Amino acid sequence: MLLIRCPYCEEERPELEFRNAGEAHIARSTNIAGESDDDFEKFFFIRSNPKGVIYERWRHIHGCARFFNAVRDTVTDKFVMTYKAGEPKPAKLPGASK
Amino acid sequence: MKKYSVFAIAREAMRGHKGWEEQWTSPEPKKEYDVIIVGAGGHGLATAYYLATEHGITNVAVLEKGWLGGGNTGRNTTIIRSNYLYDESAGIYDHALKLWDGLSQELNYNVMYSARGVMMLAHNVHDVQVLKRHVHANRLNGIDNEWLTPEQAKEFCPPLNIAREARYPVVGAALQRRGGTARHDAVAWGYARGASARGVHIIQNCEVTGVKRAANGAVSGVETTRGFIGAKKIGVVAAGHSSVIMNMAGVRMPLESYPLQALVSEPVKPVVPCVVMSNTVHAYISQSDKGELVIGAGTDQYVSYSQTGGLHILQHTLDAICEMFPIFTRMKMLRSWGGIVDVTPDRSPILAKTPVKGLYVNCGWGTGGFKATPGSGNVFAHTIAKDDPHPINAPFTLERFRTGRLIDEAAAAAVAH
Repeated sequence: MLLIRCPYCEEERPELEFRNAGEAHIARSTNIAGESDDDFEKFFFIRSNPKGVIYERWRHIHGCARFFNAVRDTVTDKFVMTYKAGEPKPAKLPGASK
Repeated sequence: MKKYSVFAIAREAMRGHKGWEEQWTSPEPKKEYDVIIVGAGGHGLATAYYLATEHGITNVAVLEKGWLGGGNTGRNTTIIRSNYLYDESAGIYDHALKLWDGLSQELNYNVMYSARGVMMLAHNVHDVQVLKRHVHANRLNGIDNEWLTPEQAKEFCPPLNIAREARYPVVGAALQRRGGTARHDAVAWGYARGASARGVHIIQNCEVTGVKRAANGAVSGVETTRGFIGAKKIGVVAAGHSSVIMNMAGVRMPLESYPLQALVSEPVKPVVPCVVMSNTVHAYISQSDKGELVIGAGTDQYVSYSQTGGLHILQHTLDAICEMFPIFTRMKMLRSWGGIVDVTPDRSPILAKTPVKGLYVNCGWGTGGFKATPGSGNVFAHTIAKDDPHPINAPFTLERFRTGRLIDEAAAAAVAH
């Protein structure tokens, strides 16, 4: 089981308190009905599914219930960092191997 | 290829078993092949086998980064069934089931397909409605599936607890008698032996690190840890790593890869005569011919390539198994392991041509690909050989996520299957 740091509670808590909410930083169009089929497919279905560093959303559902973002390595499952929703994608990762 | 038979066993017994040949050869890779298959699991090897036997294409290489059948083929719980809701799914899974029947004879290799019956339990009113809908839809598609009362379910599988006060009471079950299990390794080995005997090169410890495309956009070969290997046609059958390979060719996929776990108990005398599944509590159980209880759990909730998973997922499954089968509460578990499954948004596979000329993909089997192995290889070989999908896999396109023509087994089963 993973230990995840909630950036709102500022505490490491067990994975059971959290729900993964998929890839982060996928912006929903402000005019969703006007999207082309290609763009809608990219937004709705296509995922980067990286072997390595992933940016993803989590929700502290059995805690503060808030969404936040995390950076994790999908090979080791090790969390690099977590940050609050709405904050920009970190340009530089602390202690990243590459 | 020397045929296996009772006479071969007798002959070898007479001369100290010195005449058995290797089941497949391990040649050095050539500079170029007609077709390269990426991934020597069951689906990839079956594809190579049917390319050779049904389409006369034998200048084929199957590249494998690890060892043959060491991915999800060697990690699944070997359940075989075809009782899917939609016509498209029924078509492809039943095509596979028909090939399972007779596969040992076809391959001259005992894959130990055992039609011992797959029973899916209903625990509440919603389950009853969903499973009965499946039974009716299956029968319209000519697939056997029947409804059982709790008493009939108990008769079919005696260790099952059908007490009304059980935490997950059994209120009925759907039974597909043609469903069952097979020996997963033997499926990979049998297809490998058959393909190798017809000239297919199986190259293990050869990881694909890049997909090369010619000036006109078509594929021209793959970069590997053993050098460049050319081919005008490439079939990607890489399970959890399919999106990684497809990205090398510049194709982004509607896939996410998750860990899926399974475990086996210590071996005991025959006690579970069939396969029992419960989608609601997410547990599968059957008994191998060695006597181990083979138990399948659900996926972890996050994308991962770690080939391991959280212990709480297994615990949840074992909780459910012990509720349904109180007889097993004191069994010891021997091993648990994880595989990486590639899941599509509609929980149906993608077996199709891609926007890149000469590049074909067979992926997205998610948590239930083993049962489809023969059928998947069979129609994928057709797709590669003819550069056109077989009618059975024609609906399983990559474009369906743009057109919206989904095959939404996710909604149908309310569970990754």
